[in-house]
Amino acid sequence: MAVRFLSASVLYLSEYILGAAKMATIHTRSVARLMMAPSVILLFAWMIVPLGMTIYFSLLRYNLLMPGTEEFTGLLNYEFFLTDPAFFDALKNTLLLVGGVLAISVIGGILMALLLDQPMFGQGIVRILVIAPFFIMPTVAALVWKNMFMNPVNGLFAWLFRLFGAQPLDWLAVAPLTSVVIIVAWQWLPFATLILLTALQSLDEEQKEAAEMDGAGPISKFIYITLPHMARAITVVVLIETIFLLSVFAEILVTTNGGPGTQSTNITYLVYTQALLQFDVGGASAGGIVAVVLANIVAIFLIRMIGKNLEA
Amino acid sequence: MGSINLRNVSKVFGEAKVIPSINLQINEGEFVVFVGPSGCGKSTLLRLIAGLEDVSDGEIVIDGQNATELPPAKRGLAMVFQSYALYPHMSVRSNIAFPLKMAGMDKGEIDRKVSDAARVLNLTDYLERKPRQLSGGQRQRVAIGRAIVRQPKAFLFDEPLSNLDAALRVNMRLEISELHQQLKTTMIYVTHDQVEAMTMADKIVVLNRGNIEQVGSPLELYCKPANLFVAGFIGSPRMNLIEGKFAEAKGAKTVGIRPEHIGLSRDSGLWEGTVTIAEHLGSDTFMHIQVQGVGTVTARASGEFWVRHGDRVYLTPDETKLYRFNEKGLAL
Repeated sequence: MAVRFLSASVLYLSEYILGAAKMATIHTRSVARLMMAPSVILLFAWMIVPLGMTIYFSLLRYNLLMPGTEEFTGLLNYEFFLTDPAFFDALKNTLLLVGGVLAISVIGGILMALLLDQPMFGQGIVRILVIAPFFIMPTVAALVWKNMFMNPVNGLFAWLFRLFGAQPLDWLAVAPLTSVVIIVAWQWLPFATLILLTALQSLDEEQKEAAEMDGAGPISKFIYITLPHMARAITVVVLIETIFLLSVFAEILVTTNGGPGTQSTNITYLVYTQALLQFDVGGASAGGIVAVVLANIVAIFLIRMIGKNLEA
Repeated sequence: MGSINLRNVSKVFGEAKVIPSINLQINEGEFVVFVGPSGCGKSTLLRLIAGLEDVSDGEIVIDGQNATELPPAKRGLAMVFQSYALYPHMSVRSNIAFPLKMAGMDKGEIDRKVSDAARVLNLTDYLERKPRQLSGGQRQRVAIGRAIVRQPKAFLFDEPLSNLDAALRVNMRLEISELHQQLKTTMIYVTHDQVEAMTMADKIVVLNRGNIEQVGSPLELYCKPANLFVAGFIGSPRMNLIEGKFAEAKGAKTVGIRPEHIGLSRDSGLWEGTVTIAEHLGSDTFMHIQVQGVGTVTARASGEFWVRHGDRVYLTPDETKLYRFNEKGLAL
């Protein structure tokens, strides 16, 4: 009887302790939530307020030249923006710009990383020099390219063309989008090079030696060992660059102003012309929302396509 | 097939002479173990044979053909690395098939050879897995599989068992020995573990500071060490090396006696000493005994010998099993 009582009390006691422990975790969790709440709320508000206001403006007829005449127009702004022939040019230009810069910076970055990985004199200095373009602000970089390289009279390219007796090219007039792609790619190449170089350096030396013993030449070693090893870094470069390349603006503003016509206008620049050249806040807001949707489509597409490389 | 000859091979890294000059003959089908303390140049020597390092001077002859200038792939050797060096993004099948693919062999032939190798190494069920999904022992077997599919002239093992736990190490040791019996291919094996060397080798090469101290079968090294270094390195626990009066009485600078050749008694013997540490392993008892005028002596008793710290014991070295060395450390 006494034993029974004892075991029962032990059982009760253990349950009590376990219960207390459970309560303690619940307690800790709710405290944790409470502590996190301010930062989460702040971050959420930071995102939702501008987004909400943009959506609200996109539903208004809202022109800065006609203050006080704002009225609700439904989806009319979207209809105008999406049926504007400039929109399709801008969409095409945006994708070409992103794709072109990605191709150049990833392929060029791999080649540069392979070169910089070779032992050479003054490696540290050379690496810093290679990264330099990334530190230059977009406006400055674009102006340097516009005036010092691509200028048809004084530019370095014009001089090179004349050296071979060819007619100098007015880059920004003849091939505006290509010129912008070149400028932006120049800025992003160092970033890609840097990330890919670190990936390259983390490749296990013994793996390379094993491949060598297995009879792989330099090219097979690159294709079967180095490239798969760099897959994750390449994915990171593509994802990060895409985020920034969808919103390229300064380079276009200071070089081509989106022209000639709409030949170098991307979505970001189109939204800018709507808002600050035509003073149409409603239309620009609708454009902004379209750009957000477009960015999400691209993001989903990318994650589906290459996101599996990020899994360990 | 599979004889390797080193002639005056030396290796210099900058100022450091890692290997001054080595001559070594490895016969076909032999299991040769390079053993020595860390930094003795044993891995460097293996990498010189593999072609992963260039020799500074001398010649490497494989099967009568001068291979000194040949790239690694052309030497017909296969290597198993310490870290296994499996290709992490490839399945086990592709890992094993990789050298054959590089050799441009046709698909059917590759599949046949890979499944043969997988059967020998018990990897058939794991062929579609990635290396990270395998245990240490399985990864080791994949690395060996990648080596055997090429049917190389010789296998080179660079401390292949050092990343495995003790039990698995004993297992893999047996598996590699069995593999050698089956394939009868020359194998060169680098290790710092003298137990691996003693149990697996046909021929042991003891290296110290880039020099060969002695070459011989395991028992030759155990029974007739050429010098103090080999005497101290081979055997576990290590040989007692005694200097002073006792050695002079035997007409030598140093006298060596192995722990297993010392008779132990509680009441009478040549030396009297105090036990400082006793290790009871059940099958053996190892004792560190402080002996007046001789120093600390390690002794081994077969089975259980019940002593504790501070106990008094008497030791009698077996006169017929003494090793004598002169001032230069060479055996007399």
